[in-house]
Amino acid sequence: MKHLRLAILAAPILLAPVFVASSAIAQNQVATLRNTAPLDQEGEATQIPGIVNTDIRQVRNYPDQPPLIPHKTDNYQVDLNSNKCLSCHSRTAVEISQAPMISVTHFMNREGQTLGAVSPRRYFCNQCHVVQTNARPLVENEFVDIDRVIDYVNTQQSGAD
Amino acid sequence: MLGFLKRLWWIIRRPSAYFSLGFLTMGGFVMGIIFWGGFNTALEVTNTEAFCTSCHEMRDNVFEELKPTIHYSNRSGVRASCPDCHVPHQWSNKIARKMQASKEVWGKIFGTINTREKFLEHRLELAQHEWARLEANDSLECRNCHSDESMDITRQSKRAADAHERFLFTGEKTCISCHKGIAHQLPDMAAADGEDHAGLLAPQHGEGLLASTRSYLRLSSD
Repeated sequence: MKHLRLAILAAPILLAPVFVASSAIAQNQVATLRNTAPLDQEGEATQIPGIVNTDIRQVRNYPDQPPLIPHKTDNYQVDLNSNKCLSCHSRTAVEISQAPMISVTHFMNREGQTLGAVSPRRYFCNQCHVVQTNARPLVENEFVDIDRVIDYVNTQQSGAD
Repeated sequence: MLGFLKRLWWIIRRPSAYFSLGFLTMGGFVMGIIFWGGFNTALEVTNTEAFCTSCHEMRDNVFEELKPTIHYSNRSGVRASCPDCHVPHQWSNKIARKMQASKEVWGKIFGTINTREKFLEHRLELAQHEWARLEANDSLECRNCHSDESMDITRQSKRAADAHERFLFTGEKTCISCHKGIAHQLPDMAAADGEDHAGLLAPQHGEGLLASTRSYLRLSSD
Protein backbone atom coordinates (compact mmCIF):
# COMPACT_ATOMS: atom_id res chain seq x y z
CA MET A 1 0.00 0.00 0.00
CA LYS A 2 2.87 2.27 0.96
CA HIS A 3 4.55 1.58 -2.35
CA LEU A 4 1.38 2.35 -4.22
CA ARG A 5 1.01 5.72 -2.44
CA LEU A 6 4.63 6.56 -3.11
CA ALA A 7 4.14 5.69 -6.75
CA ILE A 8 1.06 7.90 -6.95
CA LEU A 9 2.92 10.79 -5.31
CA ALA A 10 6.00 10.37 -7.46
CA ALA A 11 4.14 9.76 -10.69
CA PRO A 12 3.20 13.34 -11.69
CA ILE A 13 6.78 14.45 -11.09
CA LEU A 14 8.33 11.60 -13.06
CA LEU A 15 5.95 10.56 -15.78
CA ALA A 16 2.59 12.00 -16.62
CA PRO A 17 1.24 8.99 -18.62
CA VAL A 18 2.02 6.55 -15.75
CA PHE A 19 0.02 8.75 -13.37
CA VAL A 20 -3.03 8.35 -15.53
CA ALA A 21 -2.63 4.55 -15.57
CA SER A 22 -1.94 4.08 -11.84
CA SER A 23 -4.77 6.34 -10.72
CA ALA A 24 -7.08 4.38 -12.96
CA ILE A 25 -5.98 1.17 -11.15
CA ALA A 26 -6.39 2.82 -7.73
CA GLN A 27 -9.94 3.85 -8.53
CA ASN A 28 -10.90 0.47 -9.95
CA GLN A 29 -11.06 -1.38 -6.62
CA VAL A 30 -11.96 -4.84 -7.89
CA ALA A 31 -11.92 -7.37 -5.08
CA THR A 32 -9.27 -9.91 -5.95
CA LEU A 33 -8.17 -13.03 -4.15
CA ARG A 34 -4.79 -11.34 -3.55
CA ASN A 35 -6.42 -8.60 -1.44
CA THR A 36 -4.15 -5.88 -2.95
CA ALA A 37 -1.02 -7.57 -1.66
CA PRO A 38 1.99 -6.48 -3.76
CA LEU A 39 3.06 -9.01 -6.33
CA ASP A 40 6.50 -9.56 -4.79
CA GLN A 41 5.01 -10.34 -1.37
CA GLU A 42 3.12 -13.29 -0.01
CA GLY A 43 -0.48 -12.30 0.59
CA GLU A 44 -2.26 -13.49 3.70
CA ALA A 45 -4.51 -16.42 2.90
CA THR A 46 -8.15 -15.97 3.72
CA GLN A 47 -9.82 -18.54 5.92
CA ILE A 48 -11.34 -21.49 4.09
CA PRO A 49 -15.10 -20.94 4.32
CA GLY A 50 -17.25 -23.51 6.10
CA ILE A 51 -19.73 -25.62 4.15
CA VAL A 52 -23.40 -25.14 4.99
CA ASN A 53 -24.53 -28.41 6.60
CA THR A 54 -28.02 -27.55 7.86
CA ASP A 55 -29.99 -30.14 5.84
CA ILE A 56 -32.53 -27.37 5.14
CA ARG A 57 -33.54 -27.20 1.50
CA GLN A 58 -32.86 -23.88 -0.20
CA VAL A 59 -35.09 -21.84 -2.46
CA ARG A 60 -34.45 -22.31 -6.16
CA ASN A 61 -33.78 -18.98 -7.86
CA TYR A 62 -35.54 -20.14 -11.01
CA PRO A 63 -37.67 -23.23 -11.64
CA ASP A 64 -35.11 -25.29 -13.51
CA GLN A 65 -32.18 -24.50 -11.24
CA PRO A 66 -30.47 -27.69 -10.05
CA PRO A 67 -31.29 -27.87 -6.31
CA LEU A 68 -28.42 -26.91 -3.99
CA ILE A 69 -26.91 -29.54 -1.72
CA PRO A 70 -27.69 -28.58 1.91
CA HIS A 71 -25.03 -30.84 3.45
CA LYS A 72 -21.32 -31.65 3.30
CA THR A 73 -20.09 -33.86 0.51
CA ASP A 74 -16.44 -34.18 1.53
CA ASN A 75 -14.73 -37.23 0.08
CA TYR A 76 -17.87 -38.45 -1.67
CA GLN A 77 -16.82 -41.04 -4.24
CA VAL A 78 -18.59 -40.53 -7.56
CA ASP A 79 -16.93 -42.58 -10.28
CA LEU A 80 -17.34 -45.62 -12.48
CA ASN A 81 -17.35 -47.95 -9.47
CA SER A 82 -19.69 -46.22 -7.09
CA ASN A 83 -21.85 -43.13 -6.58
CA LYS A 84 -22.08 -42.04 -2.95
CA CYS A 85 -24.91 -39.58 -3.66
CA LEU A 86 -27.10 -42.31 -5.14
CA SER A 87 -26.67 -44.44 -2.02
CA CYS A 88 -29.31 -42.13 -0.48
CA HIS A 89 -30.94 -40.31 -3.42
CA SER A 90 -31.56 -43.21 -5.82
CA ARG A 91 -35.07 -44.47 -6.51
CA THR A 92 -34.65 -47.57 -4.35
CA ALA A 93 -32.73 -45.91 -1.49
CA VAL A 94 -35.13 -43.11 -0.55
CA GLU A 95 -37.37 -45.28 1.61
CA ILE A 96 -34.46 -45.98 3.93
CA SER A 97 -32.74 -42.61 3.67
CA GLN A 98 -35.86 -40.39 3.42
CA ALA A 99 -33.80 -38.17 1.13
CA PRO A 100 -35.36 -36.53 -1.95
CA MET A 101 -35.23 -38.82 -4.97
CA ILE A 102 -33.37 -37.63 -8.05
CA SER A 103 -35.96 -36.28 -10.46
CA VAL A 104 -37.21 -38.23 -13.45
CA THR A 105 -35.20 -35.99 -15.78
CA HIS A 106 -32.14 -37.90 -14.58
CA PHE A 107 -33.54 -41.03 -16.22
CA MET A 108 -34.00 -39.35 -19.58
CA ASN A 109 -31.62 -39.64 -22.47
CA ARG A 110 -31.09 -36.65 -24.70
CA GLU A 111 -34.01 -37.62 -26.92
CA GLY A 112 -36.22 -37.21 -23.87
CA GLN A 113 -36.92 -40.91 -23.56
CA THR A 114 -37.14 -42.14 -19.98
CA LEU A 115 -34.86 -45.08 -19.28
CA GLY A 116 -35.00 -47.72 -16.54
CA ALA A 117 -31.92 -46.45 -14.74
CA VAL A 118 -30.03 -43.19 -14.31
CA SER A 119 -28.86 -41.87 -17.66
CA PRO A 120 -25.05 -41.77 -17.93
CA ARG A 121 -25.17 -38.08 -18.87
CA ARG A 122 -26.82 -37.33 -15.50
CA TYR A 123 -24.58 -39.57 -13.38
CA PHE A 124 -22.01 -37.02 -12.17
CA CYS A 125 -24.05 -35.13 -9.58
CA ASN A 126 -21.67 -32.27 -8.84
CA GLN A 127 -21.60 -31.18 -12.48
CA CYS A 128 -24.82 -29.35 -11.61
CA HIS A 129 -25.48 -29.69 -7.86
CA VAL A 130 -23.19 -27.81 -5.51
CA VAL A 131 -22.80 -27.20 -1.79
CA GLN A 132 -22.95 -23.68 -0.37
CA THR A 133 -20.39 -22.04 1.88
CA ASN A 134 -20.69 -19.25 4.43
CA ALA A 135 -18.15 -17.11 2.53
CA ARG A 136 -18.87 -13.43 2.02
CA PRO A 137 -19.48 -12.75 -1.69
CA LEU A 138 -16.64 -10.95 -3.48
CA VAL A 139 -19.10 -8.80 -5.40
CA GLU A 140 -22.63 -7.81 -4.56
CA ASN A 141 -25.30 -10.06 -6.05
CA GLU A 142 -27.80 -8.11 -8.11
CA PHE A 143 -29.94 -11.06 -9.06
CA VAL A 144 -33.68 -10.32 -9.00
CA ASP A 145 -36.12 -13.14 -8.44
CA ILE A 146 -38.59 -13.76 -11.28
CA ASP A 147 -41.57 -13.28 -8.92
CA ARG A 148 -40.41 -9.74 -8.21
CA VAL A 149 -39.92 -9.09 -11.92
CA ILE A 150 -43.48 -10.31 -12.63
CA ASP A 151 -44.81 -8.15 -9.77
CA TYR A 152 -42.95 -5.15 -11.20
CA VAL A 153 -44.28 -5.75 -14.71
CA ASN A 154 -47.84 -6.19 -13.39
CA THR A 155 -47.71 -2.97 -11.35
CA GLN A 156 -46.33 -1.04 -14.29
CA GLN A 157 -49.04 -2.40 -16.57
CA SER A 158 -51.87 -1.69 -14.11
CA GLY A 159 -50.44 1.82 -13.61
CA ALA A 160 -50.39 2.39 -17.36
CA ASP A 161 -53.99 1.29 -17.84
CA MET B 1 11.62 -92.34 13.19
CA LEU B 2 9.79 -94.00 16.06
CA GLY B 3 13.16 -94.91 17.57
CA PHE B 4 14.28 -91.28 17.42
CA LEU B 5 11.07 -90.12 19.13
CA LYS B 6 11.48 -92.74 21.85
CA ARG B 7 15.06 -91.62 22.44
CA LEU B 8 13.97 -87.95 22.59
CA TRP B 9 11.23 -88.76 25.08
CA TRP B 10 13.78 -90.70 27.18
CA ILE B 11 16.16 -87.69 27.23
CA ILE B 12 13.35 -85.33 28.21
CA ARG B 13 12.13 -87.61 31.01
CA ARG B 14 15.62 -88.26 32.41
CA PRO B 15 16.45 -86.20 35.53
CA SER B 16 19.16 -83.62 34.96
CA ALA B 17 22.54 -85.02 36.03
CA TYR B 18 24.70 -81.87 35.63
CA PHE B 19 22.54 -78.74 36.07
CA SER B 20 21.21 -77.57 39.42
CA LEU B 21 17.48 -77.20 40.03
CA GLY B 22 18.03 -73.46 40.60
CA PHE B 23 19.81 -73.04 37.25
CA LEU B 24 17.08 -74.88 35.41
CA THR B 25 14.28 -72.96 37.13
CA MET B 26 15.90 -69.53 36.74
CA GLY B 27 17.14 -70.34 33.24
CA GLY B 28 13.66 -71.43 32.20
CA PHE B 29 12.23 -68.26 33.71
CA VAL B 30 14.71 -65.93 32.00
CA MET B 31 14.47 -67.69 28.65
CA GLY B 32 10.68 -67.58 28.99
CA ILE B 33 10.80 -63.81 29.38
CA ILE B 34 13.16 -63.44 26.41
CA PHE B 35 11.18 -65.66 24.07
CA TRP B 36 7.76 -64.39 25.09
CA GLY B 37 8.95 -60.79 24.99
CA GLY B 38 10.61 -61.38 21.65
CA PHE B 39 7.49 -62.97 20.24
CA ASN B 40 5.29 -60.12 21.40
CA THR B 41 7.75 -57.51 20.15
CA ALA B 42 7.83 -59.17 16.73
CA LEU B 43 4.03 -59.30 16.79
CA GLU B 44 3.85 -55.60 17.63
CA VAL B 45 6.25 -54.77 14.79
CA THR B 46 3.91 -56.46 12.32
CA ASN B 47 1.11 -54.34 13.79
CA THR B 48 2.39 -50.94 12.69
CA GLU B 49 1.59 -48.67 9.78
CA ALA B 50 5.29 -48.69 8.81
CA PHE B 51 5.21 -52.49 8.48
CA CYS B 52 1.99 -52.48 6.41
CA THR B 53 3.27 -49.81 4.03
CA SER B 54 6.68 -51.45 3.65
CA CYS B 55 5.09 -53.42 0.79
CA HIS B 56 4.28 -51.45 -2.36
CA GLU B 57 0.93 -53.28 -2.69
CA MET B 58 -0.33 -51.49 0.40
CA ARG B 59 1.71 -48.29 0.09
CA ASP B 60 0.73 -47.43 -3.50
CA ASN B 61 -2.91 -48.51 -3.39
CA VAL B 62 -4.85 -48.55 -0.14
CA PHE B 63 -2.52 -46.32 1.89
CA GLU B 64 -2.64 -43.57 -0.74
CA GLU B 65 -6.42 -43.71 -0.62
CA LEU B 66 -6.47 -43.50 3.17
CA LYS B 67 -4.49 -40.23 3.23
CA PRO B 68 -7.23 -37.71 2.29
CA THR B 69 -9.86 -39.36 4.49
CA ILE B 70 -11.01 -38.23 7.93
CA HIS B 71 -9.34 -41.20 9.63
CA TYR B 72 -5.89 -40.07 8.52
CA SER B 73 -6.08 -36.29 8.72
CA ASN B 74 -8.62 -34.38 10.79
CA ARG B 75 -9.23 -31.42 13.08
CA SER B 76 -8.53 -33.26 16.35
CA GLY B 77 -5.26 -34.86 15.27
CA VAL B 78 -6.21 -38.42 16.16
CA ARG B 79 -5.21 -40.91 13.49
CA ALA B 80 -6.48 -44.40 12.88
CA SER B 81 -3.84 -46.29 10.94
CA CYS B 82 -3.99 -49.72 9.27
CA PRO B 83 -3.95 -52.08 12.31
CA ASP B 84 -6.49 -49.99 14.24
CA CYS B 85 -9.20 -51.08 11.81
CA HIS B 86 -7.83 -54.27 10.28
CA VAL B 87 -6.43 -56.16 13.29
CA PRO B 88 -8.49 -57.00 16.41
CA HIS B 89 -7.10 -55.45 19.58
CA GLN B 90 -7.89 -58.37 21.91
CA TRP B 91 -4.98 -60.81 22.13
CA SER B 92 -6.60 -64.13 21.18
CA ASN B 93 -8.54 -62.56 18.29
CA LYS B 94 -5.39 -60.81 17.17
CA ILE B 95 -3.49 -64.13 17.03
CA ALA B 96 -6.36 -65.68 15.07
CA ARG B 97 -6.27 -62.80 12.57
CA LYS B 98 -2.48 -63.04 12.34
CA MET B 99 -2.75 -66.73 11.48
CA GLN B 100 -5.26 -65.91 8.73
CA ALA B 101 -2.83 -63.26 7.51
CA SER B 102 -0.34 -65.97 6.64
CA LYS B 103 -2.35 -66.32 3.44
CA GLU B 104 -1.47 -62.70 2.72
CA VAL B 105 2.21 -63.66 2.97
CA TRP B 106 1.48 -66.31 0.31
CA GLY B 107 -0.13 -63.61 -1.84
CA LYS B 108 2.90 -61.37 -1.37
CA ILE B 109 5.37 -64.13 -2.34
CA PHE B 110 3.45 -65.14 -5.46
CA GLY B 111 2.56 -61.56 -6.42
CA THR B 112 -1.23 -61.91 -6.41
CA ILE B 113 -1.73 -58.13 -6.41
CA ASN B 114 1.74 -56.88 -7.31
CA THR B 115 0.53 -54.56 -10.08
CA ARG B 116 -2.16 -51.89 -10.05
CA GLU B 117 -4.21 -53.87 -12.60
CA LYS B 118 -4.09 -57.05 -10.53
CA PHE B 119 -5.04 -55.08 -7.43
CA LEU B 120 -8.07 -53.54 -9.14
CA GLU B 121 -9.06 -56.98 -10.40
CA HIS B 122 -9.01 -58.36 -6.85
CA ARG B 123 -10.33 -55.26 -5.14
CA LEU B 124 -13.95 -56.41 -4.92
CA GLU B 125 -13.00 -59.78 -3.43
CA LEU B 126 -10.60 -58.20 -0.92
CA ALA B 127 -13.18 -55.61 0.12
CA GLN B 128 -15.86 -58.27 0.52
CA HIS B 129 -13.61 -60.21 2.91
CA GLU B 130 -13.26 -57.14 5.12
CA TRP B 131 -16.98 -56.31 4.94
CA ALA B 132 -17.86 -59.87 5.89
CA ARG B 133 -15.41 -59.81 8.80
CA LEU B 134 -16.81 -56.52 10.14
CA GLU B 135 -20.42 -57.64 9.64
CA ALA B 136 -19.65 -60.81 11.58
CA ASN B 137 -18.01 -59.09 14.57
CA ASP B 138 -20.57 -56.23 14.66
CA SER B 139 -17.97 -53.69 13.46
CA LEU B 140 -15.78 -54.36 16.48
CA GLU B 141 -12.82 -52.38 15.14
CA CYS B 142 -15.04 -49.33 14.54
CA ARG B 143 -16.49 -49.64 18.02
CA ASN B 144 -13.06 -49.75 19.64
CA CYS B 145 -13.22 -45.96 19.23
CA HIS B 146 -16.85 -45.13 18.31
CA SER B 147 -19.29 -46.47 20.89
CA ASP B 148 -23.06 -46.01 21.03
CA GLU B 149 -22.89 -44.81 24.63
CA SER B 150 -20.45 -42.00 23.98
CA MET B 151 -22.12 -40.92 20.75
CA ASP B 152 -24.04 -37.68 21.37
CA ILE B 153 -26.41 -37.46 18.43
CA THR B 154 -27.45 -33.92 19.34
CA ARG B 155 -23.96 -32.90 18.23
CA GLN B 156 -24.48 -34.53 14.84
CA SER B 157 -26.23 -33.13 11.82
CA LYS B 158 -29.93 -33.95 11.73
CA ARG B 159 -29.43 -36.37 8.87
CA ALA B 160 -26.69 -38.33 10.70
CA ALA B 161 -28.63 -38.28 13.98
CA ASP B 162 -31.76 -39.69 12.31
CA ALA B 163 -29.83 -42.45 10.59
CA HIS B 164 -28.00 -43.47 13.76
CA GLU B 165 -31.18 -43.43 15.80
CA ARG B 166 -33.07 -45.54 13.30
CA PHE B 167 -30.44 -48.10 12.36
CA LEU B 168 -27.52 -48.10 14.80
CA PHE B 169 -29.24 -47.81 18.18
CA THR B 170 -31.91 -50.33 17.22
CA GLY B 171 -29.18 -52.77 16.17
CA GLU B 172 -30.78 -53.14 12.76
CA LYS B 173 -27.51 -52.35 11.03
CA THR B 174 -23.89 -52.17 12.03
CA CYS B 175 -21.35 -49.46 11.20
CA ILE B 176 -19.99 -51.12 8.05
CA SER B 177 -23.49 -51.62 6.58
CA CYS B 178 -23.61 -47.91 5.69
CA HIS B 179 -20.01 -46.72 6.03
CA LYS B 180 -18.36 -48.86 3.37
CA GLY B 181 -15.60 -46.96 1.61
CA ILE B 182 -15.02 -44.69 4.61
CA ALA B 183 -11.24 -45.12 4.42
CA HIS B 184 -10.58 -46.54 0.95
CA GLN B 185 -12.09 -46.25 -2.51
CA LEU B 186 -14.96 -48.59 -3.26
CA PRO B 187 -14.77 -51.41 -5.82
CA ASP B 188 -17.41 -51.80 -8.53
CA MET B 189 -20.51 -51.70 -6.33
CA ALA B 190 -22.83 -52.82 -9.12
CA ALA B 191 -20.89 -56.10 -9.18
CA ALA B 192 -20.98 -56.24 -5.37
CA ASP B 193 -24.78 -55.85 -5.26
CA GLY B 194 -25.43 -58.04 -8.28
CA GLU B 195 -24.06 -61.28 -6.87
CA ASP B 196 -27.46 -62.97 -6.59
CA HIS B 197 -27.89 -62.63 -10.34
CA ALA B 198 -25.95 -65.87 -10.62
CA GLY B 199 -28.97 -67.65 -9.12
CA LEU B 200 -31.24 -66.63 -11.99
CA LEU B 201 -32.26 -69.16 -14.61
CA ALA B 202 -30.17 -69.14 -17.74
CA PRO B 203 -32.08 -68.99 -21.05
CA GLN B 204 -33.15 -72.41 -22.33
CA HIS B 205 -31.45 -73.75 -25.42
CA GLY B 206 -32.62 -71.90 -28.51
CA GLU B 207 -34.54 -69.34 -26.44
CA GLY B 208 -33.94 -65.66 -27.13
CA LEU B 209 -33.40 -62.98 -24.49
CA LEU B 210 -36.92 -61.60 -24.95
CA ALA B 211 -38.49 -65.05 -24.44
CA SER B 212 -36.33 -65.82 -21.37
CA THR B 213 -37.15 -62.41 -19.88
CA ARG B 214 -40.86 -63.09 -20.41
CA SER B 215 -40.57 -66.44 -18.68
CA TYR B 216 -38.60 -64.80 -15.85
CA LEU B 217 -41.50 -62.38 -15.39
CA ARG B 218 -43.89 -65.37 -15.57
CA LEU B 219 -45.62 -63.95 -18.63
CA SER B 220 -47.11 -66.19 -21.27
CA SER B 221 -44.73 -66.58 -24.18
CA ASP B 222 -47.12 -65.58 -26.97
